[in-house]
Amino acid sequence: MKAPQRYSFLSLVGGALSGHRKWQQAWRSPEPKSHYDVVIVGGGGHGLASAYYLAKNHGIRNVAVIERNWIGGGNSGRNTAVVRSNYLRDTSIRFFDQSLKLYEGLSRELNYNIMLSQRSEVDILLTNTSMRNMRRRALNMNRLGVEFKLLSADEVRKRIPILAPMKNCRLPIVGGSVQQRAGIARHDAIVWGYARGADSFGVDIIQNAKVTAVRRGANGQVSAVETTRGTIGADKVAIATGNENAALGTMVDLSLPLRTFNLQAFVSEPIKPVLDVVVNCPDLGVYLSHSDKGELVIGGATDPEQISYRKGGKVPIFENTVAGLLELIPSFRRLKLLRQWGGALEFAQDGSPIISKTAVKGFYISAGWWGGFKGIPAGGLTFAHLIAKDEPHPLAEKYGLERLSTLNYLLEGGTTVPTG
Amino acid sequence: MLLIPCPWCGKRAETEFRCAGQVKVARTELLEADDEAWLEYLYQTDNQRGVLTEYWCHEKGCGEWFTLCRDTTTHELVDRDPEP
Repeated sequence: MKAPQRYSFLSLVGGALSGHRKWQQAWRSPEPKSHYDVVIVGGGGHGLASAYYLAKNHGIRNVAVIERNWIGGGNSGRNTAVVRSNYLRDTSIRFFDQSLKLYEGLSRELNYNIMLSQRSEVDILLTNTSMRNMRRRALNMNRLGVEFKLLSADEVRKRIPILAPMKNCRLPIVGGSVQQRAGIARHDAIVWGYARGADSFGVDIIQNAKVTAVRRGANGQVSAVETTRGTIGADKVAIATGNENAALGTMVDLSLPLRTFNLQAFVSEPIKPVLDVVVNCPDLGVYLSHSDKGELVIGGATDPEQISYRKGGKVPIFENTVAGLLELIPSFRRLKLLRQWGGALEFAQDGSPIISKTAVKGFYISAGWWGGFKGIPAGGLTFAHLIAKDEPHPLAEKYGLERLSTLNYLLEGGTTVPTG
Repeated sequence: MLLIPCPWCGKRAETEFRCAGQVKVARTELLEADDEAWLEYLYQTDNQRGVLTEYWCHEKGCGEWFTLCRDTTTHELVDRDPEP
């Protein structure tokens, strides 16, 4: 295998002088081999990061990542790119802060610019209930050494000058909270960087291959996956597909406690810089950031009632989100929205991820990601550990499937709603 | 916006309704079910692509409960008799 090209200032100058005709492909497009030690189903952030850490930390390099479409074409390309670790429960805080720490060093580690911008996330709080919840969150985060603090209403306005005065309204701003290390990263760069990194260790990335069945040997252990590009033998099969895990589970007679919901986001036309922080308002159910391209990236709430695989928006939730946004910043009233989309997410009933072995030997799942983008590095790190050693990583011990049948829930409200 | 046909009120906006999940084949008997069966009854849904039969309640209207068939990939309401 040819040594992968390193990106640097000099390679950029060289590329420019040669008219950008001599860049290597960032990763190969190999034909699938007949057998791998590990087959990872799902070439999104989590699948690729898992393959990368399997190769790097555990020396397992005979690995294939199988993607139904193309790299970066699923939920990895459909999220709002926010990274943060302001959670409530110990397990979540430790896990997501490890993820944020890995993000902080990722450009250097992968030799790929992930455009991490730690511009702070400011929560705008309109009720005392939310203030108390954030105070509680701050207390627990600070106890674990993660910085998070409350802001007064004046401080919030100073950080976000474009906010409406909101005088004489029913819910004025009572305060806020901020995590300085939170921010955004380029979502495409994360998947491309991990894909390139995994490929450089010899991991085969196989695109346009849909898994149609999982074969099992005589002792019940998985033995191969059947795909639209042929049958691929595997000692271990690890699934990290975002929204197809429950369906894949049924291929090995597992009923996984997952439900698929729609989560949507939209993007405005590009405007000049007006917001230099990620803004989140849990009381109105809206969050937004200003992308490098100038577009406002706006996210709303999920609809936790209806099972939905439709990758479009839902009108009532869209209307609520826009109404909330205009309550905060009425000057956006005349902005046009350029794109609007929805993604299908699978949730477990306690809202926390599942990184787990299953009753089927050699079959592992990483699922239930609500805010999966910010969890990619730690998700990959811990899933790779589980696949390699058959033991959960210390950070992900409580993310096992068994918690859902023993009612040992990890109830985490630190996602999009303010309550614990 | 979905227009949901309430048996009493006719077609009304989706925001007036609550979707209460999949209609299961049979309610598990409390005293007879073991823990596993009871958990399965409480938390497991088919989570399927395609037509799903669901309970809906006209919560902000007449309060009527009824069943509805909805395609989870398109949100289209399908006219067919509820299965169970």
